[in-house]
Amino acid sequence: MIRKKKKILGMAVVMSLATSFPLFAQMSAEDAPETIEIGSIAEMYEPVVFDHAAHVLMVESCSFCHHHTTGTAPEKENCAKCHQEGDEASSVACVDCHEVKPFSSANLKAKGSDPLLYHVGRPGLKGAYHQNCIGCHEQVGAPTGCQDCHARNDKGDQLFHSGKYAPEPGKTGGHH
Amino acid sequence: MKKINRRSFLKGGVAGTAAVATTGLSSKASAAGDFGGYPDSMGVLVDLTKCVGCRTCEAACNKEQGLPAPDLPFDDFSVFDMKGHGGQKRRTSEKEYTLVNRYDIPGRDKPIFRKFQCNHCQEPACLTSCFVNAYTKTKEGAVIYDESVCVGCRTCMVACPFYVPTYTYSSAINPVVKKCIMCYDTRLKFGRPPACVEACPQEVMTFGKRKDLINLGREKIKRNPGKYIDHIYGEKEVGGTSWMYMSDVSFDQVGFDTHLGNQPIISYVKDFLAMVPMVLTIWPALFTGFHLLSNRKKANEEKENSKS
Ligand code: SF4
Ligand code: SF4
Ligand code: SF4
Repeated sequence: MIRKKKKILGMAVVMSLATSFPLFAQMSAEDAPETIEIGSIAEMYEPVVFDHAAHVLMVESCSFCHHHTTGTAPEKENCAKCHQEGDEASSVACVDCHEVKPFSSANLKAKGSDPLLYHVGRPGLKGAYHQNCIGCHEQVGAPTGCQDCHARNDKGDQLFHSGKYAPEPGKTGGHH
Repeated sequence: MKKINRRSFLKGGVAGTAAVATTGLSSKASAAGDFGGYPDSMGVLVDLTKCVGCRTCEAACNKEQGLPAPDLPFDDFSVFDMKGHGGQKRRTSEKEYTLVNRYDIPGRDKPIFRKFQCNHCQEPACLTSCFVNAYTKTKEGAVIYDESVCVGCRTCMVACPFYVPTYTYSSAINPVVKKCIMCYDTRLKFGRPPACVEACPQEVMTFGKRKDLINLGREKIKRNPGKYIDHIYGEKEVGGTSWMYMSDVSFDQVGFDTHLGNQPIISYVKDFLAMVPMVLTIWPALFTGFHLLSNRKKANEEKENSKS
């Protein structure tokens, strides 16, 4: 059963391959690789092997995740006001719009000095991935646990004081 | 329980203050109530609707601030069901400068989570109430403190409208204040966002100039009709805070005190704070001031409790 989702902002997929895509009048899902390894910002987790082909089957159009950038009309009314037909972008790579470091001084300065900027609340790359993936997964009942999509690595275990870095059991103190 | 505790702390606090005051430490330099915050200070806008309760922010804070190992791993979600004294939600402690609590709201399809830490007030009551000047509001927006100056009197704990400062209870000899410093030393002063902000997978928190964040918040409310409560918590409360919040359920349902008003807390105490150097001669006024303050907080709490 393919379930229809109501609300989508754009599945952020790092397609390192994306920039080498030929520009068709309108891109189609077949042009995309079957799986995409999302790992450019992986730090505490292993990269995600994203089954693009499987997700293509679940949505009606590319714009469900890619906004207008693949050339299909955007699903959100508000986006359609400007990108009615789907203004194809020269790249469908998420990272070309969603910054890896959204709060860097340079980025904040650039945003702050552009009074005409419309996409003021555009999330960074990590936020875009998670908000989109988890947002949809929540709606369709797909897995939402952190490690359902990416296994935590040793560095992550350390940060979370979990796995072999877990505190000794039975040592739980009270809360003040 | 807690209220009694706080008031008994207060007694200790005032006694402790007497000793300090006699050593003639400098008085408050700032004119209470006239400040309004540094124009280009930074802030954080927290969008509660995006939080999934993963606790990554807590883990990141633990690491960044070099805090002791937690009692339970940060991926243990049973903490959301923990209750402190009097059935209240988890509170910050010397071991956790930030934490996330879960609220189950009737009629909402999923629980809502709220991250808690110092709000870095524009006109911080902790700062104004501190008799030894341990606190500083930096131009970047952080409210930081000098542990070596802190005498552990707990006055700031009583003064803070959000119950943020905690103490090193584990140190019986020299307890000092502990709280979120907006990662000032390691990040903020270099223009970098706090560790919790950067670690959050959902980008629940947006870091930027406080004034830009207010505009962003308003835009978000406007562009998503019906999604958010039409209010940015912290824009005006207690004179404004550097950390501000957006929610899709009313703020009192997620543990925010919605009765604090827009006046800085210091406006309530400044009359006697101006006389700090003469603290011994104005003893009665001092008591009255704190009594008023704690009563006010108590009244608010009771209002809060009677609702839930
Ligand atoms: S929230 Fe409390 S501790 Fe933080 S700055 Fe405000 S008064 Fe001080
Ligand atoms: S700003 Fe820094 S100190 Fe404050 S809660 Fe976040 S990580 Fe902890
Ligand atoms: S890291 Fe972000 S999403 Fe996770 S609990 Fe903290 S604020 Fe919420």
